Amino acid sequence: MIDGINLIVKRGKTILDIATENGIYIPNLCHHPDLVPSGNCRMCMVEVEGMRGQIIACKTPVEDGMIIRTESQEISLIRQTTLELIHANHTQDCTNCYKNNQCKLQEVTAYVGVDEKRLNSLRRTKPIIEEDGSNPFFTLDHNKCIMCGICIRTCDEVQGTNALDYGYRGFETVVSTFGNRPIKESVCESCGECVVRCPVGALYPKEEKLPTREIKSVCVYCGVGCNIYFGIRDNKLVSAKGDKNSIVNKGRLCVKGRFGYKFVNHPERLTKPLIKKNGEFVESKWDEALDLVAKKFSVSKGNKFATLSSAKIPNEDNYVIQKFTRAVMGTNTIDHCARLCHAPTVAGLVQSFGSGAMTNSIDEFTNASTIFSIGSNTTAAHPIIGLHIKEAKRRGAKIIVANPKEIDLCRFADIHLQQLPGTDVVLLMGMMKVVVDENLEDSEFIKERCENYDEFIKSLNEFDLDTCEKITRVPKEKIIEAARSYATNKPSSLVFAMGITQHSHGTDNVLAISNLAQLTGSVGKESSGVNPLRGQNNVQGACDLGALPNVYPGYQKVTAPEVQEKFEKYWEVKLNPDNGLTHTEIFDQIEKGQIKSLYQVGENPVLSEADANHVKKALDKLDFFVVQDIFLTETAKYADVILPATSFAEKDGTFTNTERRVQRVRKLVEPPGEAKDDWWITCEIAKRLGGSGFNYNTAEDIMNEINEVTPIYGGIKYDRIDEVGLQWPCPDENHPGTKFLHKDRFSRQGGKGKFFPLTYKASVELPDKEYPLILTTDRSLYHFHTSTMSRRVKGLESLNKEELLLINPRDANQMNLKNGEFVTVKSRRGTVRVKTNITEICPKGVVSLTFHFHETPTNELTICAIDPVSKIPETKVCAIKVEKIDHK
Amino acid sequence: MERSEILKQFEPANENMLNILHALQNNNSQNYLSEEDIKIAANYLNTTYSHIYGVVTYYTMFSLKPRGKYIIRVCNSPVCNMENSTKVIEEIKRFLSIEVGETTDDKRFTLELSECLGRCGKAPGMMINEDVIGNLDNVDFKSIFENYN
Repeated sequence: MIDGINLIVKRGKTILDIATENGIYIPNLCHHPDLVPSGNCRMCMVEVEGMRGQIIACKTPVEDGMIIRTESQEISLIRQTTLELIHANHTQDCTNCYKNNQCKLQEVTAYVGVDEKRLNSLRRTKPIIEEDGSNPFFTLDHNKCIMCGICIRTCDEVQGTNALDYGYRGFETVVSTFGNRPIKESVCESCGECVVRCPVGALYPKEEKLPTREIKSVCVYCGVGCNIYFGIRDNKLVSAKGDKNSIVNKGRLCVKGRFGYKFVNHPERLTKPLIKKNGEFVESKWDEALDLVAKKFSVSKGNKFATLSSAKIPNEDNYVIQKFTRAVMGTNTIDHCARLCHAPTVAGLVQSFGSGAMTNSIDEFTNASTIFSIGSNTTAAHPIIGLHIKEAKRRGAKIIVANPKEIDLCRFADIHLQQLPGTDVVLLMGMMKVVVDENLEDSEFIKERCENYDEFIKSLNEFDLDTCEKITRVPKEKIIEAARSYATNKPSSLVFAMGITQHSHGTDNVLAISNLAQLTGSVGKESSGVNPLRGQNNVQGACDLGALPNVYPGYQKVTAPEVQEKFEKYWEVKLNPDNGLTHTEIFDQIEKGQIKSLYQVGENPVLSEADANHVKKALDKLDFFVVQDIFLTETAKYADVILPATSFAEKDGTFTNTERRVQRVRKLVEPPGEAKDDWWITCEIAKRLGGSGFNYNTAEDIMNEINEVTPIYGGIKYDRIDEVGLQWPCPDENHPGTKFLHKDRFSRQGGKGKFFPLTYKASVELPDKEYPLILTTDRSLYHFHTSTMSRRVKGLESLNKEELLLINPRDANQMNLKNGEFVTVKSRRGTVRVKTNITEICPKGVVSLTFHFHETPTNELTICAIDPVSKIPETKVCAIKVEKIDHK
Repeated sequence: MERSEILKQFEPANENMLNILHALQNNNSQNYLSEEDIKIAANYLNTTYSHIYGVVTYYTMFSLKPRGKYIIRVCNSPVCNMENSTKVIEEIKRFLSIEVGETTDDKRFTLELSECLGRCGKAPGMMINEDVIGNLDNVDFKSIFENYN
């Protein structure tokens, strides 16, 4: 009973929870529903009959028969005095405050009230502490801080970064970073979660305006697919707020999601079609540009033509682009950057399970008992999934991280397996050897649901632990410990990304993973499965919708006659029965003069493709090159025609995230200048080339067509995914979508999973005397891919403005390198100049670079050794040497 | 002594945090906790740098600035104050040519103020490292400080 109202409540909740749920107001300042109660503001004092004194409502669980009073003379007095003490140290300049009218202190003060006279006597002449405006996205004003600790707890409990804590004491107490340095110099990751939760104006965003309306859409950076309410004012994006009800991100966002949308308003956006005349780009009318494109494309149909589609653009656009390539240009040579990231995943998992996508949903990570992350810098590349893993850790899960580098996630790891780059098969097979030797395998699962086990077992003999230790450099005790944990502490979930796939034996790596999962029965169950984290916002969708050379939408094989017939009937055109060429092969064929015209949408291969010099040479050879993009990228400079496209913020459509969830992308603002939707541009080209079936009016029209020809998307209708996205397979309009794959039976033909015997294949280019170091590539939290978008966000650029070569102190000492000095990095294919960052993150013998910076084109160094099955280049391992620059 | 040797003497448990920090500070030739000290303690205790920083800044016995070999802590609590500790402080300041919180050029002495030392019967008093010295009203500081080299 609270204040005389009888309530029937669930056990385990606190008095404050129950009161709030039932509309009874108890003032509070330090409480936040996402955080563990701390009870330090002393505002939520209540009285409970039979208990002495006042108790704190936010920390006290309700019990049977409790009689609670939220108001009494004594409570009021305590609250008022406490509040006056808080006010005494708080700047009283409400009208000049960002949080005015949304301030929790104002709300509580209005309810509790303060005695001005007494307050004045309490107020002391406190020196004004200068604001900390070092972070490009927000400011910390200590003078407004009420010491509720919400920011500190958020940084700890939500983000796990712990950039902040209370420092000093008494009157001098402040929220402080380590060393009380400016926030920008601390370990802060600028996610802004503390800013969102600050109840007063002590932490407030810079450059954010109050929006006049908010529209829900999906983040355009990584494959997690966070739902965001974008604020719009005067046809500009002015704010971003995580959607609390979203099953994907639960309101949380990373630095790119929260602040990275600002590229949309950038003045360098392409606004008019550009045609290269005499080596210069000249603005033109749409009709002129489209006519020219159609004219040039008309002479290079069939084998002379290739399309590179985009994992950044919506499903609808990808569908239209592949339809254009197949139905109008008569070729299956269409590919996109998935080739450079998860091609082995698709190739490998299709062979072993029948489907190449994440088998579980993102929110299932939190309930896993073991999470094994291999070859994934999760907190940098998929920050919100990183948060799910950290949450699992807090709930008691064991975290195993296998990564050559000591990445941020290692802070949360129980076991860190630091294998040499390129030795993953050995590490995984070693673990499986332990599982088998110790009889930890799931025999029933293997017998009931898998095949080819005996063949696989034979291949394990090669991997005795001493050999594994020698090749991987991981102590065998650690391999044993990891294997035991993964095999016994279930449910076990496996996470992987580019560290597994970007190898000349990437498909083998993926097969090793599927072997391990089958061996332990850790797939096809809730919170237990194999989870490739897709890189781009819509790379899953681009694959699903057939922007691949060997499959039509929905992974229907190009070479299957019945499939060809189906699409010929639907599109009313004769189709090419042969598989097309892959991303890497396209550039080879351009160089050989076979492919004459290239149509490229939203990609930047000059920076992203391995052995980039090879790509540049090829682009120079093209007869005709069309680039459709939102900015003039490094690759676009090679184009003959550039067509300005709309960004994610200016169009309708759907993105499919890494957990196969198809989510609505909504038009937020009008496009700049004459920029047009990708599907519209492609349709206009198609129509000029005589293509039929390209008369769509809206993106929804396209989705309706997708529904009809793509069984896995059969039931995905705009009205069904208005609020919450659906996960494919979703064959019809009554199907609820599929939370996790391979329940009861694998989607592979015959319904069984398949084991694959494996052998160790070394990376193609290993270090030698001349090139003694291994270069591996990585990602930064602050940038995305080739940074076309993220580097056009001032704040992200200021947080990470240049490439740094991570190198171990022992290697650096040998070469007498200083931290921060420029060095040249050479491989057999190219040379780049870069500053050093001497750090223990990299083990001895391994250095690391990202490929975010055009000033340091890392992919001029990497090797285009390709995986024979999936054709992915080996961007994770190549041999390099580092040379000191002689200034004399 | 190596820092790792010091850490070995304690279990990596939160209740040992203050002892560990004291041991590290005493081990530091400049009588303070360097950032390296804090980081090593945090890693050992599996807690965060910012948290240890908060603890260190809370307690006055820890210093984040390099200090002299001997820390002079003059008691400035009410009893000593009534017995004219102000004069004692002034005299030491003049004698060592430093202000409160500063260290002598030869890195021998750092002058600090302290709360009650519990020797009110011998007020005004001070501590030099672990030694407590009372009845400072009319003493020759030279003779006292000579003993600390």
